[in-house]
Amino acid sequence: MRLVLPNPGLDLRIPSYEDLERMEKEEAGDRPKWDNKAQYILTCVGFCIGIGNVWRFPYLCQSHGGGAFLIPYLILLVLEGMPLLLLEFAIGQRLRKGSVGVWRAINPYLTGIGIASMLVSLLIGLYYNTLIAWIMWYLFNSFQSPLPWTQCPLNDNGTGYVSECQRSSTVDYYFYRVTLNSTTSIADSGGIHWPIVVCLLAAWTVIGICYIRGISTSGKAVYVTAILPYIVLGIFLIRGLTLKGSLSGIKFLFTPDVDELMNPTTWLDAGAQVFYAFSLAWGGLISFSSYNPVHNNCMQDAVILSAITGLTSIYAATVTYTIIGFRATEKYDNCISDNIMTLSNAFDLPEDGITTSNYEAAFNHLNSSYPNIVPGLDIKTCDMQKLLSEGVEGTGLAFIVFTEAITKMPGSPIWSVLFFVMLLCLGLSTLFGNIEGVVVPLKDLNILPKKWPQEALTGVTCVVAFIICLLFAQNSGIYWVTLFDTFAGSVPLLTIGLFEMIAVVYIYGIDRFNEDLEFMIGHKPSIFWQVTWRFISPLIVLVILVFYLVTQAQKELTYLVWDPNSVKFPSMASVAYPPWINAVIFILAGIPSLAVPGYALSRLKRIRTCQKTSAK
Amino acid sequence: MLEKILILLCLSSALAEQPCKPDASDGYKVRLSIKTALGDEAYVWNENEMFLFRATLAFAMRSHLNGQEFDVSNIIVCDETPRVTFWFVVTSPLNTSGLVDKGVVEEAIRMSRNRINSAFLLTDKTLEFIGITPTLTAPVNPDTPPWLIVFGVVMGAVGAGIIVVLVSPLVLKKRKKNEETDEDEEETGVKAVENGSTREGVYNMSFSDDERLTQM
Repeated sequence: MRLVLPNPGLDLRIPSYEDLERMEKEEAGDRPKWDNKAQYILTCVGFCIGIGNVWRFPYLCQSHGGGAFLIPYLILLVLEGMPLLLLEFAIGQRLRKGSVGVWRAINPYLTGIGIASMLVSLLIGLYYNTLIAWIMWYLFNSFQSPLPWTQCPLNDNGTGYVSECQRSSTVDYYFYRVTLNSTTSIADSGGIHWPIVVCLLAAWTVIGICYIRGISTSGKAVYVTAILPYIVLGIFLIRGLTLKGSLSGIKFLFTPDVDELMNPTTWLDAGAQVFYAFSLAWGGLISFSSYNPVHNNCMQDAVILSAITGLTSIYAATVTYTIIGFRATEKYDNCISDNIMTLSNAFDLPEDGITTSNYEAAFNHLNSSYPNIVPGLDIKTCDMQKLLSEGVEGTGLAFIVFTEAITKMPGSPIWSVLFFVMLLCLGLSTLFGNIEGVVVPLKDLNILPKKWPQEALTGVTCVVAFIICLLFAQNSGIYWVTLFDTFAGSVPLLTIGLFEMIAVVYIYGIDRFNEDLEFMIGHKPSIFWQVTWRFISPLIVLVILVFYLVTQAQKELTYLVWDPNSVKFPSMASVAYPPWINAVIFILAGIPSLAVPGYALSRLKRIRTCQKTSAK
Repeated sequence: MLEKILILLCLSSALAEQPCKPDASDGYKVRLSIKTALGDEAYVWNENEMFLFRATLAFAMRSHLNGQEFDVSNIIVCDETPRVTFWFVVTSPLNTSGLVDKGVVEEAIRMSRNRINSAFLLTDKTLEFIGITPTLTAPVNPDTPPWLIVFGVVMGAVGAGIIVVLVSPLVLKKRKKNEETDEDEEETGVKAVENGSTREGVYNMSFSDDERLTQM
């Protein structure tokens, strides 16, 4: 049972307990430190709680059986998330290195795990900051009344509104045309859209200034970026509950459908969501915990962080669905009123002849009495369930559904500013962990010289990243963001997580790891941790990975485009990817995943050739 | 003889009524949605309101065709429904049996649309002239886009922050250099993250991080 692969020279590569005690006493070394425990906890909370908690978890919760989804989510939080979290915290705190340093210290062949973490953090950071740029654009545009997404522009001869806007809606038009100017396919670049370039510049400079001295500046910024979202969510909760229809939204969210628990995709989605929510395998958490004092109680931290993440997800979901319920009720009421108006106009009935309460009866009566007139009228079917379930995840939630709901609230600019400031803070705090996971490995790998001051490292990283991000400033940018989101942030993270667990448990040695924890926090981890680290968590991650690969391989690669000329407009059209996209997908998903075995093999070859030349 | 006079009278009265009928070629249908617009403060539509409408329309015709003295009697209304819709036609003051052209009526209404709406406390959407599309208000477009102002503020703050961060260690170093000439002791005023803060005392390099790394 205690399978440990041979790992010679481990003791030479890692600091011994005496070294750690001495380093603690002398406070030697130029390694950064947290000012206080609160800063560390807030940074980790900010890292874990990101935009996905607002726009991914509520959708999953509602579509996989509402309240019943909390059962697999919380179970997997405890069985998969918490053990991996403690693993990353403990290994960082023990070996006192960033992600590359830690894996290199465990075994030089495993440096690939660190490299993979760095690549994944880089790719995710690129598209994540583009989302921040879009959020900033909306934030900057919220300081006016009326909000710019409430109005359609007039067409050329001033007789009507622009047809694209007329057929879809003002918020759709504002997002896809004014903000992004999207083309109809990923292959069609369409040139650079300069408002997005400007916002990308703003986004990267804000990140740069916040992280310019590493955690000593970002640790201060995090007091605002980690706490403000909770306050804003609270304000929105109170405001949301006073709006009409909010309770129908909450009911829709939490209505349990226990049958969904039998569906394996529910458990898979819950597992994947837990994995991504904890920002595991990005390398940032290892880095952050390596700045802790040696005897910091990381087990307590892991449990606290898991609890906070779980509760925040539920809290954010509740707030989101009060607003969605309000919007759906508004649209439903408008739909019914429009139908009543159409009927009254067609049959010249007095205005309050048909009310919302007798609408059904009146409609049926008219339909039976005048069967040849009524179908010719433009009577829309008003379906509350459909309205509650439309466009409620991802960018559609934030930029279309929420912006529309905000325009219907009195005092819209204030709510819009609050909402986008909250999203901005959520995104920025996640990006701090992200950029930590990129800059520290770059330093450890000697790609950036160690002698450079932290300011130069941050500056260079941000400038290079900004230039690469111009890819997303093209008119086809949104399709690239979706591509990155789907492929860079899924399979590689799962593979890295799996390798991490195997490396610590079977190569570093679970016995040695237990002793380390006993040295650091004073007692050995309980049987729960032993079982989860050795069997349950790796098994869960492996199952999710395999199922994900299988389903992806079976699906045809399609994506949604905004095409005013398509038949299904204003719904997005599903289009196949061009063939060269497979190369891009390989770069995004394949290279980070293969970095682990790839690096090991290349090192093996180098050592063999070294041995051969020295033997000669 | 008497029958002939009666028949003539009937015919002439019938002819006089003919100008206003539903789908008249020179008439317009009007639809009012008073309850939608005013809710609880809605007024009841009655003869007096109709009189006001005819008077307002006469005013609109007068304003548009300067010189022609339109009167309430020139606006003929018919086919009123409980929905509050009705048709109207406009007769010319110079020739009571002739109707004013549809196009002219439309222009007159467009010109005074705001005044007509205000007379009834309604808007373009709740006082509809079927066939006359309201002129759309162009969206508000300020001269300097407000987002540029906010962007400028944010970038200014960030720029100031960068300058402060980059300049402050240089200022501190200068101050330290001045103090160094007085004292031997070196303060570590800068934060630990910056490159290589050396301190007094023996630091055993054999335990430095570099040596722990096995060379790749």
